[in-house]
Amino acid sequence: MELEQDQLRERARPSKPSTQRTIFAEDASGIIDINEINERELGSTMTLSMGPQHPSTHGVLRLELELDGEVVKSTKPDIGYLHTGMEKLMEAKKYQSNICITDRMDYLNPMGNNLGYVLAVEKLLQLEIPPRAQCIRVLMCELQRIASHLVWIGTHALDVGAMSVFFYAFDEREKILNMFEDVCGGRMTPSYFRVGGMFQDLPAGFDGKVRQFLSEFPAALDAFDTLLTGNRIFRNRLEGVGVISAEDAISWGLTGPSLRASGIEHDVRRAEPYSGYELYDFDIPTRTAGDVWARYHVRRQEFRESLKIVLQCIDKMPGGPIKADNDKVVLPDRDDMKTHMDALIHHFLIAADGFKVPEGEVYVAIEGSKGELGYYIVADGSERPYRCHVRGPSFINLSALPSMVEGSLIADVVAVIGSIDIVLGEIDR
Amino acid sequence: MAKAPSTEDIAFLRERFSEAITGVREGLGEISCYVDPRYIVDVCRFLRDDSRFQFNLLSDLCGADLGMDQEPRFEVIYHLYSIPVGHRLRLKAQLPPDEPTIESVTSVWKTANWHERETFDMFGIVFTGHPDLRRILMPEEFQWHPLRKDYPVRGYDDF
Amino acid sequence: MGIENKVANALPEVLTARLDWLINWARKSSLWPATFGLACCAIEMMAITAPRNDVARFGAEAFRASPRQADVMIVAGRVSKKMAPVLRRIYDQMPEPKWVISMGVCASVGGIFDNYAILQGVDKIVPVDVYVPGCPPRPEGLIYAIMKLQEKIQKESLRNRPDMVVTEPPVMVGREA
Repeated sequence: MELEQDQLRERARPSKPSTQRTIFAEDASGIIDINEINERELGSTMTLSMGPQHPSTHGVLRLELELDGEVVKSTKPDIGYLHTGMEKLMEAKKYQSNICITDRMDYLNPMGNNLGYVLAVEKLLQLEIPPRAQCIRVLMCELQRIASHLVWIGTHALDVGAMSVFFYAFDEREKILNMFEDVCGGRMTPSYFRVGGMFQDLPAGFDGKVRQFLSEFPAALDAFDTLLTGNRIFRNRLEGVGVISAEDAISWGLTGPSLRASGIEHDVRRAEPYSGYELYDFDIPTRTAGDVWARYHVRRQEFRESLKIVLQCIDKMPGGPIKADNDKVVLPDRDDMKTHMDALIHHFLIAADGFKVPEGEVYVAIEGSKGELGYYIVADGSERPYRCHVRGPSFINLSALPSMVEGSLIADVVAVIGSIDIVLGEIDR
Repeated sequence: MAKAPSTEDIAFLRERFSEAITGVREGLGEISCYVDPRYIVDVCRFLRDDSRFQFNLLSDLCGADLGMDQEPRFEVIYHLYSIPVGHRLRLKAQLPPDEPTIESVTSVWKTANWHERETFDMFGIVFTGHPDLRRILMPEEFQWHPLRKDYPVRGYDDF
Repeated sequence: MGIENKVANALPEVLTARLDWLINWARKSSLWPATFGLACCAIEMMAITAPRNDVARFGAEAFRASPRQADVMIVAGRVSKKMAPVLRRIYDQMPEPKWVISMGVCASVGGIFDNYAILQGVDKIVPVDVYVPGCPPRPEGLIYAIMKLQEKIQKESLRNRPDMVVTEPPVMVGREA
C-alpha cells in the first residue's frame, strides 16, 4: 500500500521532460509518429515563404521553408531586405561622422556598437583613454546589454505565445532609455561615445538613478522567472528544440549567448578584456544542452551578471577627465572653445576637416549583446577610413539557423529565431 | 586586447609553408600573413588542426578593393581566432583585377558560407567549391558589386 | 426645422448625424496598423503599444500581421530598394480605405543613408498621409502622428475620396501652420 502511494507521488511530480521529444503528426491514416513519416515516402514537399513581412521574423527576414507536412526539410534564409550600404557609406564619411552610422546597425545595442568602433579607431591612433571614460563606457554597455536582452525576452516570449512578458519587459526598458536620455539626449540612437572619450560627463545625480534601477530591477527578473522559467508550457515549447552541438556551434562561428549555451565558456570580455573589463568581477553563465531552453537560461542569467558589473561601475567610478589628452583628435570643452583662441582653432579644424588617422589596419572585437562584434578598419592616412568591415554577430548566428531547425516542426522555427536574438539592421548592414 | 601568436610560432608556420606564405606583416600588435591564394585551404586547415595554433573559429572573412589601378587589386582577409589558445591571426590572399577567384574555405569552417557569399556580392570575388554561391544582400538582378571602389556611393540610376 | 428635428421628435431613440461624420468617426477611432517594422523605428513602434505610452488610448493598438486586416501602414524604418517592391505589394493588399504614416527620416527622405541601397523617401512608391521626423521619432511623436491622422480622417468626405488618391495635403508633424 505504501509503495503504491510512493508511486502515485512520483507520478504526480512534474517530471523533467526528456529532451528527445516524440513529435506526432496527423495524416489520412490517423495520428502517426513523425519519425515514421521521415521513413515513408509521402510524395512532394511544399515550399513556404515566411516573411519578409512576418511578425516573428524580427524584422525583414525571409525564410524559404521546404516542408513535408509540418516538418521542416530545409531552410533557406533570404536576407538583404534591409541592406543599407553602411560599409560603403563609412568609406565616404569622416571617422567621427561614422559613429552615428554604427548606432543604426544593431539598434538594440547602439552603445556596444559605438564602443567597438571607437576602440578600433583609438587603437589606430594609439590613444590613451582616461579611466573615468573607460568606466562610463563599461557602465553604458552593460545597461545597454540589459536593455537589449529585455527586448529579446519580450519578443521571444511573444513569439511562442506568452504575451504579458512583453509589457513588463518594455516597461523596464523605458527606465534604461530614460537614463540614456539623461546622459546624452538620445533614447535609442545615443551616439554618446567619441573617438578619445565621451561626448559629455555623466549628469549630476546619475548614480542615484542607476542605484534605484538596480534596487528595482531584480523584482522584475523574478517576475520573468514566475511568468516564463516556471511555466511548463513555455518550457515544453523550448526544451529540445533547435539543438546545436558545441563542435557545430564553433564551426558555424556562433558567438555570445548562443555559443555559451552549447557549453563553450567563451566571452570576449574575459578572453580579451577591453575598456577595463579585467577590473570587474563577473561570471560567464554557460549551459550544455545547446537548445533554445539553454539559450534562454544563459541570457536570463546574463541579466544578473550585467547588474553586478553596473553596480561595480557605480561604486568604483573614478574621477578625472572623460576625454583623452590629444587636441588634434578630441574636441575641446565648450567653455574653453568660447574663451581660448587655440581651442577654437582646434574645434574648427576637427569639426570641419576631421582628423587624420595614420596608416594601418586593426581588427577589434568586443562582446556585444548578441556575440562577438568585430570592426576591421583599414586606414590610409586620411580623414576617412579606406575600408571598414563589421562582423555582425547576428549575421553569423543566423547563418546557423538552417542546421538548427532541420527536422523540427514549423512552429519551432519561430522559437529558434527568437532564441538566437537576431537584429536585421546588423545582418544586412 | 587581442593576443597574436609568438614569433616562434610564425617562424614555424613560415617554415612549414615556405612556398605558400609570401610575407608577414606586423603592426599595432596584430600579425598579417600573406598567403598565396592557391594554398589558402591547406594553410587554413593546418591552422585549424595543428595543436600549436588551434584556430577553430573563423571570426571574420571579408574582401577589400586595394584600388582600381592596383595589381593585385583584390584582397580576401581572414580573421582567425583560437578559443582554446586565445590568439588572433589575420591571413590575406591577394587576387588579380580580372576574374578574381579563390578556393572556398567552407570545407574548413562552415561559417565561411555566408561570409564568402557576402564577399562575392560586394566585390565579385568568386569562391570555387562554394556550395551555394549566390548574391546574399543585393537582389539577384543587380548587376554591380557595390563595395568596389569604382562603384559610386549613390549608385547608378538603373537601380 | 430640418428633417433631423422631425425625426428626433418622432423617434427620440434615433440619433442623427451626417453620414460622412459618422463613418469617419468610426474609422478614425479604431485604426488597425499593419506591423511593418523595418529598422530602428520598429522598436519605437513596439514601444507605443507598451504600458508607458499605450496607444490603446487612441484605439490603434490592434497591430495586424496580415495587411488584409489593417488600414494604416506605419512604415517604420529605412526602405531598401530590395524591400520597395514588397512594401508596395503589401500596400496594395490592404483594403480601402487605407492610410500611410512615414515614420522617421529614413522612410520620409532617406535620412543619413544617401546611398545606392536606400530608397530616398517612401513617398516615391506609396502615397503618404503623415510624415514623422526623428531618427527614430520618440513614441510620443508617433502617437501625435496618429492623432494628426485621426484629424485628417475626420475631415475626409465620402464623395471626395476616389480611392488611392490623396485628397488632403500630407501633414508634416511639427511644421503645421
